[in-house]
Amino acid sequence: MKRVTIFAGHYGSGKTNIAVNYALSLAKEGKAVTIADLDIVNPYYRTKDSSEVLAENGIELISSPYANTNVDVPALPAEAYRVTDNLDRYAVIDVGGDDRGALAMGRYSPKLLEENNFDMFAVINRFRPLTSDPESTVEVMREIEFACKMPFTGIVNNSNLGKDTTEEDVLASLAYAEEVSRLTGLPIVMNCVLSELYPTLSKKISKIFPINIYVKAKI
Amino acid sequence: MAEKVLMKGNEALAEAAIMAGCRHYFGYPITPQTEVAAYMAKRMPKIGGVFLQAESEIAAINMVIGAASTGKRAMTSSSSPGIALKSEGLSYLAGCDLPALIVNVQRGGPGLGGIQPSQSDYFHATRGAGHGDFHMIVLAPSSVQEMASFVFKGFNLAEKYRMTTMILADGTMGQMMEPVSLEMGEIESYDKSWCACGGSGERPRNIVNSLFLKAEELEYFNIKRYEKYAEIEKNEAMYEEYMMEDAEICIAAFGIAARVSKNAIDEARKMGIKVGMIRPITLWPFPKAVFNAAADKVKAFVSVELSMGQLIEDVELATRCKKPVLLCNRSGGMIPTLEDVLNKIKEAGGIN
Repeated sequence: MKRVTIFAGHYGSGKTNIAVNYALSLAKEGKAVTIADLDIVNPYYRTKDSSEVLAENGIELISSPYANTNVDVPALPAEAYRVTDNLDRYAVIDVGGDDRGALAMGRYSPKLLEENNFDMFAVINRFRPLTSDPESTVEVMREIEFACKMPFTGIVNNSNLGKDTTEEDVLASLAYAEEVSRLTGLPIVMNCVLSELYPTLSKKISKIFPINIYVKAKI
Repeated sequence: MAEKVLMKGNEALAEAAIMAGCRHYFGYPITPQTEVAAYMAKRMPKIGGVFLQAESEIAAINMVIGAASTGKRAMTSSSSPGIALKSEGLSYLAGCDLPALIVNVQRGGPGLGGIQPSQSDYFHATRGAGHGDFHMIVLAPSSVQEMASFVFKGFNLAEKYRMTTMILADGTMGQMMEPVSLEMGEIESYDKSWCACGGSGERPRNIVNSLFLKAEELEYFNIKRYEKYAEIEKNEAMYEEYMMEDAEICIAAFGIAARVSKNAIDEARKMGIKVGMIRPITLWPFPKAVFNAAADKVKAFVSVELSMGQLIEDVELATRCKKPVLLCNRSGGMIPTLEDVLNKIKEAGGIN
């Protein structure tokens, strides 16, 4: 596997929760992991919401000092350079939504491309109205690649309706993800499902990845 | 679109406005409302609508006045400080008897305040949205689904009564994601013979105006407008009751505060405390009658709010202070927790 894993995609596609779950899975394998929140778009529901569970598992969190505060500035911390400069650690990067969010990645792309030891996964969800069909999903992916100057290397199917997601919803999304894969020539690397659905769906779906919800509205 | 989709409150609101026939959106970005403008910027050009980022909030509300004068469904959205800037325009919309939809996704104040959620523009929305004698219909959504469906309701009410409807949301309603059905119902159509959209000279000119040279005339229109408001108070007050059948304590809460309260009520019920809630859906007209009736049954009220004590005044007025009303609140971007509400319920339970 690659040293750096980047999760990018449409706004609200589930990047932050997946990045947190993925970092936890790496830490459980005994790897030294850093997770970096490069989201400069979203004011609420940030990687920082998971700071406790990340700390408990020995994961280093790099986040804007202004995340979850009243300071409304698109600031990135200087520490984010550790992701590209400290080659001893695995890194998970949580990118902001759409091309606007991905713009911030461009600052780090020259070094990541030079090192050439990264995966950039497109998180897709067919239940988001602006990515409800394969064609519009690919359009959003192209906009993101253009903004951050990096190519996607795989697809993460995260089709879900939040807490209302059923087994059928997940199964019905597989054809959509396969079509996105066909149009882009990129492999499907993960099919994400809520951990409650994992026991039954793991028998039916390959490359399944269970998700616990760490970043959410507290109501 | 019968199938459910996963949306942010701000996006659901924007999409519902498009489905409700709104093709004229004028705005200016401000957190935590910006996704409304961002969504409109993406969608409007594709469907032949207008998205215009104005040079300021004041410019945006005046563009709404212009578009509304032609009978088009026009809207703007902002968050607290931006809505304060629009206040002059809100008064002019009322003086001109124009239908329009205004959205306030509130954040902490006063002043520049902060970007975290708040309900502290309650007074502004229900009392003083601008100068002069006027009201707006104020709808308070409590879910992403209501963020969408109240847009439909809001435009319909605005046109029915030729006045402004405001959706008073808060930062959490704008930012949270929930499954939503965009099955919205009917777009109602109302008489638009008053609008200034050009004629062929066969009828007298329609003039949209709020200036009256004679005081008697201005007073006449104010009285007429208040007759209409009385009608709305009689017909349009909306609320939701939760576990009120046997309640001895009644919570008053709207928006995010109502959701926290619902969870607190479920917890309190497990402890055997008889508590329920009346959730005002229209903040103006305030559902006075249901609160007044509840005051004859319960022993105390608890007003749960993200402000320093604003909703509580309407509860006290509606119930004529027949029973004590306790305040359970946080402000400045903080949200009362389930424990905060539970403790206040217990305190109210101790009242004899």
